[in-house]
Amino acid sequence: MKPLEDILIIDLSQFLSAPSATLRLADLGARVIKVERPETGDICRQLYVSNVILNGESSVFRAINRNKESFQADLKNEIDKQRVLKLVQKADVLIHNFRPGVIERLGFDYDTIKKINPSIVYGDISGYGSEGPWKAKPGQDLLVQSLSGLTWLNGVDGSGPTPVGLAVVDILSGAHLVQGILAALLKKARTGEGSKVSVSMLESILDFQFESITTFYHDGGAPTVRPKSNSAHAYLGAPYGVYKTQNGYLALAMGAIPFLGELLGCKELTNYPEPASWFIERDAIKKALADHLATDTTEKWLSILEPADIWCANIMDWDTLFTQDGFKVLNMIQKVTMRDGFEYETTRCPIKIDGEYLTSSLGSPMLGEHTDLILKELIEG
Amino acid sequence: MRPLEGVLVLEFAQFMAGPSAGLKLADLGARVIKIERPGSGEAGRGIALKNLFLDGSSLVFHTANRNKDSYAANLKDPEDLERVKKLIAQADVMTHNFRPGVMEKIGLDYKTVEAINPKMIYATVTGYGTEGPWAKKPGQDLLVQSMSGFANLSGDKDDDPVPVGAALSDIITGTHLAHGILASLLRREKTNKGALVEVSLLESTLDFQFEVITTYLNDGNQKPVRAKQGNAHAYLGAPYGVYKTKDSYISLAMGSLLTLGEVLKCDALAVYTDSDSWFTDRDEIMDILRSFLIDKTTVEWLAILEPAGIWCSDVYDYKKLLNHEAYKVLQMDQRLQLLSGEEVHTTRCPIRVNDERLFASKPAPRVGQHTEGIIKEFNL
Repeated sequence: MKPLEDILIIDLSQFLSAPSATLRLADLGARVIKVERPETGDICRQLYVSNVILNGESSVFRAINRNKESFQADLKNEIDKQRVLKLVQKADVLIHNFRPGVIERLGFDYDTIKKINPSIVYGDISGYGSEGPWKAKPGQDLLVQSLSGLTWLNGVDGSGPTPVGLAVVDILSGAHLVQGILAALLKKARTGEGSKVSVSMLESILDFQFESITTFYHDGGAPTVRPKSNSAHAYLGAPYGVYKTQNGYLALAMGAIPFLGELLGCKELTNYPEPASWFIERDAIKKALADHLATDTTEKWLSILEPADIWCANIMDWDTLFTQDGFKVLNMIQKVTMRDGFEYETTRCPIKIDGEYLTSSLGSPMLGEHTDLILKELIEG
Repeated sequence: MRPLEGVLVLEFAQFMAGPSAGLKLADLGARVIKIERPGSGEAGRGIALKNLFLDGSSLVFHTANRNKDSYAANLKDPEDLERVKKLIAQADVMTHNFRPGVMEKIGLDYKTVEAINPKMIYATVTGYGTEGPWAKKPGQDLLVQSMSGFANLSGDKDDDPVPVGAALSDIITGTHLAHGILASLLRREKTNKGALVEVSLLESTLDFQFEVITTYLNDGNQKPVRAKQGNAHAYLGAPYGVYKTKDSYISLAMGSLLTLGEVLKCDALAVYTDSDSWFTDRDEIMDILRSFLIDKTTVEWLAILEPAGIWCSDVYDYKKLLNHEAYKVLQMDQRLQLLSGEEVHTTRCPIRVNDERLFASKPAPRVGQHTEGIIKEFNL
């Protein structure tokens, strides 16, 4: 039995942040009904990434919305609205990510919903919270990354701001929403009481940086300085970073510098016996290491470092990773099928429960694919 | 009442992934007791950013372990182990991130614990799962970023691989651990049965890339190519990226290039009428934008773009952001008093429940700070 079986979720959200939350909840066993507007549906259906279209719609939509049902409704149309409200009456969870103010106009705000379903768990994601000068700003991943200070943590000193090349803000805010919703569902199971759970993209990406922001508060507000070269972390000393070798790249995490010097035959490193110097002098140390590691292959260095228990790894791309036995044994890729028989490959839920992977063969729904079924089963019945 | 009030969590986990999950559970109302070796405590106490320590433990440790208790026990000592087992009998959740085999040797593997407490949610973090050739490889954040393909997504085309400068794999894995634990607690309400929850850094970091891996799996395995300069997403077309202005930087998200050209009065963009070209001619288009945007300041550009509904923003560092009204209004930070009298100034939980912010009631503990009290309270 999947842990969330019998949980019904009505999902008014689109794009990635909240839909990534309902994907996780679906994989954990919940039934997720996506309420989508007629004609376009979730905007993400048309948001192409790399021009890759799967069965007529974006590969991103297909990845985010598998294992869900689609109910077509125009929330501004009174008949449709009443139908969705009937669904909400029966639901355990309602989720949306409209900008502050919009949900009140639609008549799906928490105060209204609570009256028709007092035990509901109501989850919402905003860009920047519901108060303050940024509340009406678009909550988009790159923009929130840019405002949050995150872009100065990656890359090297002298390069410009370097965003994370993925929707890290969307995914983290979705993950936080799931945590809040599950905690609230537990409270509901124990007390019968509902809750409102709110997450903002800005707060989520600030939480992600809790280590470096706390450091900033304690180092007198010193500017974030990235290493001059071989960077992997602005606030960590040498050797932490990525190094070019004769035939690829090598990542080195923590390790005592003089010991590394002995192992690798890099004399210069023995000049740094003091651990404090590994941070203060990291640019010089990294330069010496980089020059040395460039003289031989990744395999050669790994064969010296791994037996000595130094934390190191080969940098891989997906082509390489996917052929490794260490990857294959995880069965991380699953095949899913849409109603029309179209099949595509995607990743599975990363959580294992009682030794079992949480997989699902259900592909993403066509717009309104389940409208009639849901009407009969949950609205008219 | 916080949603997880009444839930008791024993945290055997160290470093960041497991403890970051424990922190969320604590902030959501659970009582989290760290089980630490006497004296030095968990290994994360010694790992510091910028060599910063408070009251004998790293500032990072204080950040990830606020709102928790500490119980000191040597798990290799039979008497200590017996007491811990009595505590296990009364707990709801336990977490650890020992490498496969270690808990079996100690005698606190899932089977043994299940026999003591059949309702236990037993949750583990590994680097790469429990089977296969990597099962015993060290599971460390940077190594997993490097092995998972993720380091190839950030930075510009000709840059070396660019890892993210924060514990991304650890934190993502911690969120998944919390998901599995909470879902299992919910199932237990119905079935009265415990669960074994397993996550790994590698699987979680792959899940984090699920959109782009799905694209890769279905586009004939094309390698991701980062934009030449100002890259913000290997799979998104122009204008998505970061651009230098006269005085600093500006970020532009997705949107119609033609509309952008009109709003900016950048005529050179008008030829890109086919939206496919925004991806295929990305470097060329971004060059045009770069040489155009350098002529005005960020504030000047925002004044033109924002009213037209273009998705754009300034690029802030911590100093600018943390002093901004939009940050202050969030009340995102909190100050916690240590026993030493020192103060930890840190952030709070990002989740709000019933419109209330969740602040921590106490700082991270000293090693064994609560041992005696817990022995009495739980009759160990």
